[in-house]
Amino acid sequence: MLVAAGLNLLIKKRDMAKENYRKERIDRCIKARSDDIYAISSKNEILYLLFPRVIPIAALGIIALISPLYWQKVIISACIFAMLAVSWDFLSSCGMLSLGQALFFGIGSYIAGILNHYLNLPFYITIPVATISGGLLSTILLLPVVRLRGIYFAMVTLILPLMLMRGIEATRIFGGNEGITGLSPFPNIWVELIIIITAMWVTLFALRRFISSDYGLIFVSIRDNDRATMASGINIYAFKAQALFIGSCICAFCGAFMTHSYMFTGIPVFTMEFSILPIAASAIGGIGSLAGPLLGAFVLVPLSEILREFGTLRVVFYGLVLVICVVALPEGIFHYLSRKYNEMERWVKIE
Amino acid sequence: MAILEIRNLTKSFGGIKAVDDVSVDVHENTLLGIIGPNGSGKTTFVNMITGFIRPDKGSVRFKGKELIGLTPYKITNMGIGRAFQMVKPFFHLPAFKNIIVPLSSDRVKATKGGGFGDKDAIALDILEEVGFERGSSVPYKTASVLPHGYLKRLELARLIALKAEVLILDELFSGLSIAEVTSIVPIIEKLLVEGKTIIMIEHRLKELFRIADNVIVFNFGKKIKEGKPKEILEDEEVKKAYLGVEV
Repeated sequence: MLVAAGLNLLIKKRDMAKENYRKERIDRCIKARSDDIYAISSKNEILYLLFPRVIPIAALGIIALISPLYWQKVIISACIFAMLAVSWDFLSSCGMLSLGQALFFGIGSYIAGILNHYLNLPFYITIPVATISGGLLSTILLLPVVRLRGIYFAMVTLILPLMLMRGIEATRIFGGNEGITGLSPFPNIWVELIIIITAMWVTLFALRRFISSDYGLIFVSIRDNDRATMASGINIYAFKAQALFIGSCICAFCGAFMTHSYMFTGIPVFTMEFSILPIAASAIGGIGSLAGPLLGAFVLVPLSEILREFGTLRVVFYGLVLVICVVALPEGIFHYLSRKYNEMERWVKIE
Repeated sequence: MAILEIRNLTKSFGGIKAVDDVSVDVHENTLLGIIGPNGSGKTTFVNMITGFIRPDKGSVRFKGKELIGLTPYKITNMGIGRAFQMVKPFFHLPAFKNIIVPLSSDRVKATKGGGFGDKDAIALDILEEVGFERGSSVPYKTASVLPHGYLKRLELARLIALKAEVLILDELFSGLSIAEVTSIVPIIEKLLVEGKTIIMIEHRLKELFRIADNVIVFNFGKKIKEGKPKEILEDEEVKKAYLGVEV
């Protein structure tokens, strides 16, 4: 509240200083853009579009290159959570409120671990196999509840990973409580970094493109109004199943990747952390943009590492930062930045 | 032969019979008006035809095919489109993208060239047909900022995009000004010229009776009268059901 009030005061002051100015509207060819025919006509226009895309990619690459090993591991972890958050946001854009990213993540992780441990398959086979089969298995598990909406769907996704966790613990299959250890690692840290960073950017840009296509539009329409989508002759359950498959494939990939990165899989992969942190990242980054959750994960994961020094107080400060973010920027960091970047007004002097 | 044969449709909610044993024949290329006081079962009746509610008893045949038991999207794909009383646009999408969703349905894809071509241009054409000014920014605005009149037109545009043969319009005129209604009536008349069949639930009797071929009257879930608009106007029973309403 305080921060917001302060910001308001600053803006007021700035406006008063500009008494001899007026706001002028800059129409960045909104209509032409939505017509999809705007030509890449000028250098400025190209830069305007490229800047917010190229800069983050380059920045992350450089930071990953120059960081010490410990922080490189943090970047990997941030990338994993970023992908989980993007997948959560994708599912929520399709009207499916998931509290169980850990389910998809854990299934991917276990498939990769089992393939590597029992069949000695290398990582470049286990990861793709775990991605696809993990996505399929998760979709089949959730297929009966695709008809449920909102909180009812969320409850089922919340309970499934816990059921699997206790199931594995009780039946002692796949190493039971201890999990499967000593799995084959990646050749070196650089391979790890390249795989996860590339996968993350590809996921983000591919999903953003997908969801703004005519086909992806149907997913958004289901979230907006599923009855009207049905009345438009669309089989919404088929579309929801497809969205579920895409979303769970992304999470299963993360799980499989982490299995090889940590050389371990076990029941901790089904813990709530993998379900809740992506939602927190989406909330502070900005829901509905796909890029926002990614940004949120890159705020939360390093923050959690920095706060490690505070010991027990870590959670207190962590919570404080979360509250400040949500109160000061309820729309999310990404939406705020993009609004400022695409500002349609500028100040001009009154003559 | 009737395009829609509705027989003995019945639905109860708890102890209340929302629709009680209603049978109607809807003939091809006619406009059937449905009138009745609030809560008389008009919308439930329409919901049963379009598959949103499963009736307790009865059958609905569209060109001889049974509709009861089919899901709403299948019924829509057979050619029965319905507009909602409470407008249901996709609020986060621009108006013209609202039309792309029905354009992606199996029904439109199956028609010649429906799966190909620039959907945006088709959507803009349809929006122009229902009164979205083409040159202006209105078709590009998000549905959440559009005024009520445009949202009603958007509902109609969805049905046109679906190429529906039977259009069910649930209180399309409610909440519209007289000027807006008079600008929508020609669109409906044009649809009739194109050979469509229209079922309209309406409280604006003056406007409805001008364009309707047949009218049925609901009261307490029962069909109390069926006939030409003129006969309905003179009927004592109908006047009683609509007590206080000047026709």
